[in-house]
Amino acid sequence: MSDNRQMPGGEALVKSLEHEGVDVVFGYPGGAILPVYDPIIDSSIRHILVRHEQGAGHMAEGYAHATGRPGVAMVTSGPGATNIVTPLADAFLDSVPMVCITGQVPYAAIGTDAFQECDTTGITMAVTKHNFLVTEAQDIPRIIHEAFHIATTGRPGPVLVDIPKDIVDPTNPRSAMTWYQATDADMELPGYQPVTEGDRELIRQAAELIRDAERPVLYVGGGVLKSRAADALRELAEMVQIPVVTTLMARGAFPDSHELNLGMPGMHGNYSAVTAMQKADLLISLGARFDDRVTGRLDGFAPDAKIIHVDIDPAEIGKVRWANVGIRGDCRLVIEALNHTLRELGGSEVQADRGAWRSTVSGWQEKFPLTYQQSGPGEKLKPQFVIEQLRDGNPSDTIVASGVGQHQMYTSQWWQFDHPYTWINSGGLGTMGFSIPAAIGAKTGMPDRRVWAVDGDGCFQMTAQELVTASVENIPIKVALLNNSYLGMVRQWQEMFYEERYSEVYLQERVPDYVKWAEAMGCAAIRVEAPEEVAPAIEKANEINDRPVVVEFVTDARENVFPMVPSGATNSDLLVDPSQQHLLEGES
Amino acid sequence: MNADRFHTIVTTVENKPGVLARVAGLFSRRGFNIESLAVAPTDDDRFSRITFTVDVESAPLEQVVKQLDKLINVVEIRELAPNDAVSRELMLVTVSADAGHRRELMEIIEEWRAYVLAENAEQLMLSFSARTSRLDEFEECLRPFGIAEIQRTGRVALPALD
Repeated sequence: MSDNRQMPGGEALVKSLEHEGVDVVFGYPGGAILPVYDPIIDSSIRHILVRHEQGAGHMAEGYAHATGRPGVAMVTSGPGATNIVTPLADAFLDSVPMVCITGQVPYAAIGTDAFQECDTTGITMAVTKHNFLVTEAQDIPRIIHEAFHIATTGRPGPVLVDIPKDIVDPTNPRSAMTWYQATDADMELPGYQPVTEGDRELIRQAAELIRDAERPVLYVGGGVLKSRAADALRELAEMVQIPVVTTLMARGAFPDSHELNLGMPGMHGNYSAVTAMQKADLLISLGARFDDRVTGRLDGFAPDAKIIHVDIDPAEIGKVRWANVGIRGDCRLVIEALNHTLRELGGSEVQADRGAWRSTVSGWQEKFPLTYQQSGPGEKLKPQFVIEQLRDGNPSDTIVASGVGQHQMYTSQWWQFDHPYTWINSGGLGTMGFSIPAAIGAKTGMPDRRVWAVDGDGCFQMTAQELVTASVENIPIKVALLNNSYLGMVRQWQEMFYEERYSEVYLQERVPDYVKWAEAMGCAAIRVEAPEEVAPAIEKANEINDRPVVVEFVTDARENVFPMVPSGATNSDLLVDPSQQHLLEGES
Repeated sequence: MNADRFHTIVTTVENKPGVLARVAGLFSRRGFNIESLAVAPTDDDRFSRITFTVDVESAPLEQVVKQLDKLINVVEIRELAPNDAVSRELMLVTVSADAGHRRELMEIIEEWRAYVLAENAEQLMLSFSARTSRLDEFEECLRPFGIAEIQRTGRVALPALD
């Protein structure tokens, strides 16, 4: 399109977003970004007015997790920008594609401590994949195109574009520019060339290691979802019949109902997932980064395992654990090439004998399933029971977003994830309050899907205001609030490692009244205290689609998440549920 | 100190505001120690050159290079091991040189092939360029005379010729 008309930078910015395919922006206006909000009125882009800028950032993340398309947030300078730093850091650690537009004081005022000025690019340098300070209106279409390119290619991540007010304000001559639709040819990124194809020789070496391994495990991380490699992974696992563990960031990348799936590894992983990695002779790491929550104490992690490490980011290969074969590349492309090479080598026919390994692993699965004790008469609800009821009361393509803490671990453990992109959580940064805005973002991007946020009471109090956004914008998410009146995970650590000295973890039982609060925000609200009320309440919540619903489940604060690898211990020292602990005798 | 500890990394970066901050911020948040740092324009005004010396015993060199490579504004990285590089550093130094010691000092200057840039009755200002270790030695030779002020640039390097 050679539509070379003159327009102010603000209009060019909105038009550039439209050309990038943006259908929704989560944002909050303010002084410096005002000139961009005017052309938003005439744009095809839906703007969702959040109640706090942090909400905008997490909504953009939730949108990106659910749809695979970059989420977009727009906020003003100064406090608007600082309030979105947490979502940027969250998206950076979890490799979420996101573009954040921030207003900035006029270019000439930068550095003068102007009203609502802060050094946004300086502050966000360490928590973004890249950021830009745009100095000329004429650069806006090109830089917006570069921002989306960087956010969505290579290892995805957040990109921030800081826009001084004068270059978007139509009353300022510095905003004058000649429109052009930026294409890849306009990009000026000489230092950015992501490599996506894996090295053939290394892929062949990996295929040979796989063929010869007697106790291999596929260690699947979030990169498999980011690269849309779930189908290729399934083909690989089924061809070579190797058990799969899916990390917290990869739940849903391989169906939980599949016989090869051992579940989640790590600090609160299933016994069989954790132990299979410990005893493995080969770990095939696909888009995972050997996070400390997965490895436990590093010097005791998977001591006999050779490592194949596939990652789009070469800096991850060898960062934590030396790789025998490190393959830089896009997970989907590398897995497809690996499948091809394995077939060339003889496919399933030539694999090492793994009969003993399979029976050992299935023995663990039978002996150490996830478990908990049902509540007795008069006791409060067990959180695991609530998650099981939620799982059974919803279709398998339901999108679940969680906050951070015990409820997050219970959901990851007890939900059955059979489809990719149905699980959204904050893994790397561990951001409390993530679930409600992330669920809103997911529902915005996938309006025809059912979206449940599973939240804790601590998390809920951090970002509940976004339920006002959901009500007003008609985004009918459902919230399962597991209310145990405590910061449960911190309480668990204080119980186990601080001699039950509970310091600042009790949140109060009667205040706030969550039902009244939810109703005040325009939501339907239900409180559930008895086990027999759980399923009917979920059913009722699922019937309400004209507004958000909050179901408060009053749960037992004494419940702890098991299994657990104590902090600082190796994964061989996994604690299982107390009822299973005696079964560990004889396992070594 | 083992000289093999210090590797030189020569980066070509886009000549844009904030690039040095990105590089310095990366070193700081990843816990890499910079032994010396030199920044200068190149013959192409779109790019600048940042030359670092890093202590490879304090930071895994491979991680330093890979993390640097992730910075969008870093265009090229060359890693030079001590034996593969020709490196130089420049020193400017003002040293006491009263009449009683001037002759002795001039002999040292001649021997080391340093240059006198300026002088007055009490002091000489010298310039000296050599390998970093030679700068250290020269500095020790001058110390007994009394060093009033000294500045060093940090090293720059090119690959050795075959």
